[in-house]
Amino acid sequence: MTIFTPSTSDEVLSTVAWAVAEESPLEILGHGSKRGIGRPPQTEHTLDLSRLTGVTLYEPAELVLSAKAGTPLAEIEKLLAENGQQLAFEPMDYGPLLGGEPGKGTIGGVLGANLSGPRRLKAGAARDHILGINVISGRGEAFKSGGRVVKNVTGYDLSKLMANSWGTLAVFTDVTFKVLPAAEAEVTLAIRGLLDDAAAAAMALALGCSAEVSSAAHLPERIAARVAGGALGSDAATLLRVEGFGPSVAYRIAALKTLLGKAGPLEEIAGEASRLIWRDIRDIRPFADSGEKPVWRVSMAPSQAHQMVLTLRMQAAVSAFYDWQGGLVWLRMEEGDPEAALLRGLLRKHGGGHATLARAAPAHRTALPVFEPQAPALAALSLRLKQEFDPKNILNPGRMA
Amino acid sequence: MSGLAMPQPDDATMRHRDEIVADMRIIVPGEGVVDAANAMRAFESDGLTAYRQLPLVVVLPETVAQVSRVLKYCNDRNIRVVPRGSGTSLSGGALPLEDAVLLVMSRFNRILQVDYPNRIVVAQPGVTNLGITTAVEQEGFYYAPDPSSQIACSIGGNVAENSGGVHCLKYGLTANNVLGIEMVLMNGEVVRLGGSHLDAEGYDLLGVMTGSEGLLGVVTEVTVRILKKPETARALLIGFPTSEQGGQCVADIIGAGIIPGGMEMMDRPAIQAAEDFVNAGYPLDVEALLIVELDGPVVEVDHLITAVEAIAIRNGSTTCRISQSEQERLSFWAGRKAAFPAVGRISPDYYCMDGTIPRKELPRVLHGMRELSQKYGLGVANVFHAGDGNLHPLILYDANVPGELDKAESFGADILRLCVKVGGVLTGEHGVGVEKRDLMPEMFNQVDLDQQMRVKCAFDPNHLLNPGKVFPQLRRCAELGRMHVHRGQVAFPDIPRF
Repeated sequence: MTIFTPSTSDEVLSTVAWAVAEESPLEILGHGSKRGIGRPPQTEHTLDLSRLTGVTLYEPAELVLSAKAGTPLAEIEKLLAENGQQLAFEPMDYGPLLGGEPGKGTIGGVLGANLSGPRRLKAGAARDHILGINVISGRGEAFKSGGRVVKNVTGYDLSKLMANSWGTLAVFTDVTFKVLPAAEAEVTLAIRGLLDDAAAAAMALALGCSAEVSSAAHLPERIAARVAGGALGSDAATLLRVEGFGPSVAYRIAALKTLLGKAGPLEEIAGEASRLIWRDIRDIRPFADSGEKPVWRVSMAPSQAHQMVLTLRMQAAVSAFYDWQGGLVWLRMEEGDPEAALLRGLLRKHGGGHATLARAAPAHRTALPVFEPQAPALAALSLRLKQEFDPKNILNPGRMA
Repeated sequence: MSGLAMPQPDDATMRHRDEIVADMRIIVPGEGVVDAANAMRAFESDGLTAYRQLPLVVVLPETVAQVSRVLKYCNDRNIRVVPRGSGTSLSGGALPLEDAVLLVMSRFNRILQVDYPNRIVVAQPGVTNLGITTAVEQEGFYYAPDPSSQIACSIGGNVAENSGGVHCLKYGLTANNVLGIEMVLMNGEVVRLGGSHLDAEGYDLLGVMTGSEGLLGVVTEVTVRILKKPETARALLIGFPTSEQGGQCVADIIGAGIIPGGMEMMDRPAIQAAEDFVNAGYPLDVEALLIVELDGPVVEVDHLITAVEAIAIRNGSTTCRISQSEQERLSFWAGRKAAFPAVGRISPDYYCMDGTIPRKELPRVLHGMRELSQKYGLGVANVFHAGDGNLHPLILYDANVPGELDKAESFGADILRLCVKVGGVLTGEHGVGVEKRDLMPEMFNQVDLDQQMRVKCAFDPNHLLNPGKVFPQLRRCAELGRMHVHRGQVAFPDIPRF
């Protein structure tokens, strides 16, 4: 068992080339903050990129930042914040859910897992902000795609293909992201005491108006108490975040209040208190219980989510909360059984989407497909693509199987 | 064609043309097969009109099953296929091949579903970009990407080209606004990617399909996200004595945390041509004219107009007008939107380029362009999506003067080389097509290009779908798949390990 810790792109290339020649698979790691997601790899060797660090280009006026793949996300976010900017897609931190330290994770991992956060609704995910990559394929070859400019249709967008590839197509050495100004102000409007169906209706109404709501979540009763140190109390909270310039935020919040006045009791939460709530929703704090009960991440049509959860509750004990207007459902299976077939069957009946087993004991992750199984033609296409990048199955073999 | 090498027509296909046409008529009955030369003439080129070629036969399917059968038929018999939407590509992406079936998707022209609670529209690929907005505007919604051809270009073509438009700085490109597609692979298999949910369960094939220029699959259905129309929009029209000042103003606006709905710049020749054409009231004594449009709630727009005006004055603007009415806002845009036809008036022909550069390099690139203009003896006017650095130089030439088209193309190629040299790219939104195909090595080395072609191999291993586009030199997939491994040769004594 060898752990390689290269600190230059050339060293990464040598390591992968060696592994290809030896046909010896590698587990690809940054900080390992998401190591608990996917089928547990069985490799003799590990390629640890946590020493391949450094921001190599940051031009705030050009809205662009490049970094070595192992650069800590926290370091990048700090640098951006100092310049009034941010990664607008708000990459989440799996650390708390998976029993790790909060605040870890590398910029390469952000792309590899296609991370996003509550602002996904308006701002997109890592896939929407990646501009360019330098990577080493499983053929042991260094190649690049994209560039450092926002508008670019030169050749296939292989940068996007790396999003959500979980280290199975190529090892990233450099990534370039679009960055954006951070909002001057944020205010969250909370509607209290709604049941899931009423919350779904209220969120659809809010997102369908011109108030430019950037995030919409629903925390059912009791779940609400598990964010921001209990600041919300335990009544159900349907949360709408508005961000931007001060006068604009005030105006839009007022518009939302008029629109939703009859939906239920309203509260306004501003500034840091609002930020804490959204951070905890982003990082699935309600389920960060240092336990091993399975947790699912379900992406689906927003309007169908509460109905699917209702049906699921009739057959299994689950806790649930909703982000992305309902388009993202986090589920904790209270009886310890992932109920994968049940959940995925219901998901298909409710407009489709995908369910990823975000937390589970290694035995479950070995026995069950962690990532949503694909229809045969699509699964075959994905496999052919994998083979074109990693014909000897050297990179994180089996992780997405 | 000015020196553009296309794949050698396949003899067997050419010999069996009559049989292929007859078989196409069985798969697509009725009027969906066009084989008479005069009728096919309408399809002989796309928006890049310098290149023309009649296809083997034109097929206009109406159902997914027909598309699947056509592709499978062609795949089994090694017949090439060129897909086409509305044919508005500016890079020759839909240029027919002599031995290829031209698969025209224009009869897929229906909106299938409008879902306001989830804010999505499901459309067939032949629906126009503007047609999507038209379908939802009575409820106050719209589809954000707005390529200038939006009245004609199809949403399927938008997916193929990852189309942008004036508003993509704030609202993103096609790739950021498409949630799902159904497509048919060259082997006839029907595959769905995404849908009414966000992100992919596995590899982001939707991300790769978007902008793949019809080389990977034929899109048969598109799901897009729609947005509520902003409450209001207002614009500023700002003139600067130098392009440096205009460029700095753009940088300062973004530096102030403002992402305008649109931010467009024109240089002096473009301003002059536009003003002569539409009398938009543009100042003629400036080197750079900037249009900044702010959209959103009234309060926000008013707040930001003041901020942008202050930034403009600080950067030495000599004129700064703020639209006081919708009519005035539209008049600011009138010249910009008419820039291409306006340039068409002052020159018998023009050739539109599409590089993207880091914005700060604008003065250097404009300077380089002036030198090239002198070298080639051809004029050039520039319009510029200033917010995202996407430059559209319009090279003025006369196709009736022998050699001028070649000269214009060489001039254009030199401009794109300059864009790449300063850290930019060959194409921001028009695509590689045939036009920039042979310039790909300026940006990518052989390893980069080979890996892109391997992606093609996963979708279409026989290179039958839209060959001759994007890649300067096609390599067989068997050859691309070969590994060159030198066991034991790779040493890495210096890499730390534990």
